[in-house]
Amino acid sequence: MLVFGAWEIAGRIPISLAFPTFGETVAALLALIADGSLIKAYASTLQPLLIGIAVSAVVGVAAGVGMGLSRSLEWLALPIFIILQAAPLAAIIPLITYIYGIGLTAKSLAVILLATPVVVMNAYKGIRNTDPSLIAMGRSFLGTRTQQILKIMIPHARGLIFAGLRLGLAMGFVGVVVAELLITPTGIGDLITYHGSVANYAEMYASIVSIVALAAVTIGALERVERRLFRATGAAA
Amino acid sequence: MTIFGWRIPLAASLAVWFLAWEAVGQAKLSMIVPPVSAVVVAGMELMPTQKFLSAAWITLTAFGTGLGLAIVVGIALGVLMARVPRVGDILGLWVNIFVSAPISALVPMLMAIVGIGQATVVVTVFLFAVFVIILDTEVGVRQASPSLLEMARSFGASRRQLYAKVLILAALPEILAGVRLGVIRGVKGVVIGQLLISIIGIGEMFELYSRNFLMEEFWALVILVFLFAFAVSESVAWLERRIEYYAGAR
Amino acid sequence: MDGKIIVDVKGVSKTYEGGVEALQDVHLAVPPGRLTTFLGPSGCGKTTLLKIIAGLIEPTAGDVLVKGRRISGPGPERAFVFQDFALLPWANVLRNVAFGLELRGMPVPERHAVARTYIAEVGLAGFEESYPSQLSGGMRQRVGLARALAVDADILLMDEPFSSVDEQTRRKFQEDLLALLGHQRKTVIFVTHSIEEAVYLSDRIVLLSRRPGKVSRVIESNIDRSGSPDDIRRDRNYLDAVDEIWRTLKAYLP
Repeated sequence: MLVFGAWEIAGRIPISLAFPTFGETVAALLALIADGSLIKAYASTLQPLLIGIAVSAVVGVAAGVGMGLSRSLEWLALPIFIILQAAPLAAIIPLITYIYGIGLTAKSLAVILLATPVVVMNAYKGIRNTDPSLIAMGRSFLGTRTQQILKIMIPHARGLIFAGLRLGLAMGFVGVVVAELLITPTGIGDLITYHGSVANYAEMYASIVSIVALAAVTIGALERVERRLFRATGAAA
Repeated sequence: MTIFGWRIPLAASLAVWFLAWEAVGQAKLSMIVPPVSAVVVAGMELMPTQKFLSAAWITLTAFGTGLGLAIVVGIALGVLMARVPRVGDILGLWVNIFVSAPISALVPMLMAIVGIGQATVVVTVFLFAVFVIILDTEVGVRQASPSLLEMARSFGASRRQLYAKVLILAALPEILAGVRLGVIRGVKGVVIGQLLISIIGIGEMFELYSRNFLMEEFWALVILVFLFAFAVSESVAWLERRIEYYAGAR
Repeated sequence: MDGKIIVDVKGVSKTYEGGVEALQDVHLAVPPGRLTTFLGPSGCGKTTLLKIIAGLIEPTAGDVLVKGRRISGPGPERAFVFQDFALLPWANVLRNVAFGLELRGMPVPERHAVARTYIAEVGLAGFEESYPSQLSGGMRQRVGLARALAVDADILLMDEPFSSVDEQTRRKFQEDLLALLGHQRKTVIFVTHSIEEAVYLSDRIVLLSRRPGKVSRVIESNIDRSGSPDDIRRDRNYLDAVDEIWRTLKAYLP
């Protein structure tokens, strides 16, 4: 509340011509919803986001679990993912768009590129850092390797894998927004760029607020689900 | 990994990847994958050029300024939020929103307010880095053991001493963890900021090379930027390890 | 192999990677149906020895024979109780206790029936649906004990099971354990660093020397266990045994 108030006051002073008041922004947001342009933009933004996250989830979890289980895979792939996790992978997005054009493929690839490293690393850590005492327990009660993986390691890693997917989604939002802002004249990124270029600052702000809010609400909700599912039983890492 | 009883270091697998890259490049399987040897040559030629040096300088300045501001502001706000409940209540929600929000969406707004130039990149780096530093500092200060505070008070520590000699040091492991994440995000911020503005620094070069399909130069630049990101985050990690001896003993 | 020995440790040595010598040429025979304690200062290799008997650690040299057969890993005749409980945090008490049977592929209704019996046996009836994080340390270790009893092994291997439990809970637990073993007829090998615990619980106490661990003495205690727990703690033999062990162990301390 206080923050919104400060925004309203700052907008009225005004700090800059390109700084609409809070009220104007809300009005613009409602107008964008009413004329359907916001909904159309999101249809084009969310599709690559969902496709990208789904691909990252399947590929990333499989790769991470594999690395956690096999020492050779770990040796081969871990350094790559350690570097990729710290690297500004967004640098490669311009290349993707020049190769795959400005369509769904390029945007999905941008999401996959940014989201996968954290998904992989979390799945890997979840498997690799299974409590050694639980592993010894499984062995002492004559568990087979398959049982060890399915009944001890995977359940142990669930919390971290879920957290990895949540962080991956946050990175996916960044990926899709950067891809759209950079070149692709579609989706929410286009809405932001377009209204910025014609000096409809209130509309531009409204679009920005909507994507930030969407990301925050989605990720916040996932965090709560995560706490409900895994913290209650103390299974979160 | 051990082969025939020899322990092969983890990083050695990178050599395998480079060999595979070289093979794919030599086989000319894909136009976007030139041989890694050609990339290295391109990188060597690129580095001493005036163009690269000035781009690197602009990028480093933006990164350094933004990150420096983020560290100072982030630690100050984090301590404040942990020590003054009302500040924590008001800002907590917003910090939590922006720590995982796509800050890149804010760049067009910054371009409109701050102008298209270096200042916008600095602010982008700042915004990318600051929230995670605030969050970790707050957690660290909150977790500082109450008995440490009572000890300091019972020995007559002044307010300043309490903060400078106890609280900040007690929270140092978390603060450094936050700074390391902030550094990683800051590098991403400087690249994304420059890409979106696309007329300055390394970002402009990325645009230029990919638009003109100069793949050797493009990948050389990617490797250089990745190396830089890895080097700075590892140096903070090294600092973290140096204070690990007491991080565990709390 | 005569029937008087159930676990036979023959010349076991263990040197860890990096050169730490934990055990050196340990010989030891454990009689069936009794409670044997490994007692010694921290780092004397007593847990290592127990884990070698469990088949969880490979000895560098020497053999362990259980019921006359050389072991090469864990087996169904041995069940382990872990110092840190090793409970699955995502599983409730019922599933945790039944976990050993689950790994053996016993169908759900049967294994749950068995688990319920032992949950009641260790005094946790009513907590079947609780999760480990909702239980106190003492209760968690009762879950660990029930899990080990549920697989119906002849030999129970207990690795400092009460070390992370507070003193009062620990005493109660010790008494309950003795009562339980009174009608379970198990061979128990118990690792502890508490002299009182060793003397109170066991028939035979194996004293291990400082690293590298060797068997320094085996003490057979002659405590009259017919009385109440408090009688035992006031028994002359009990007090003498505690005293004697302390004098022996003092020599190993720096």
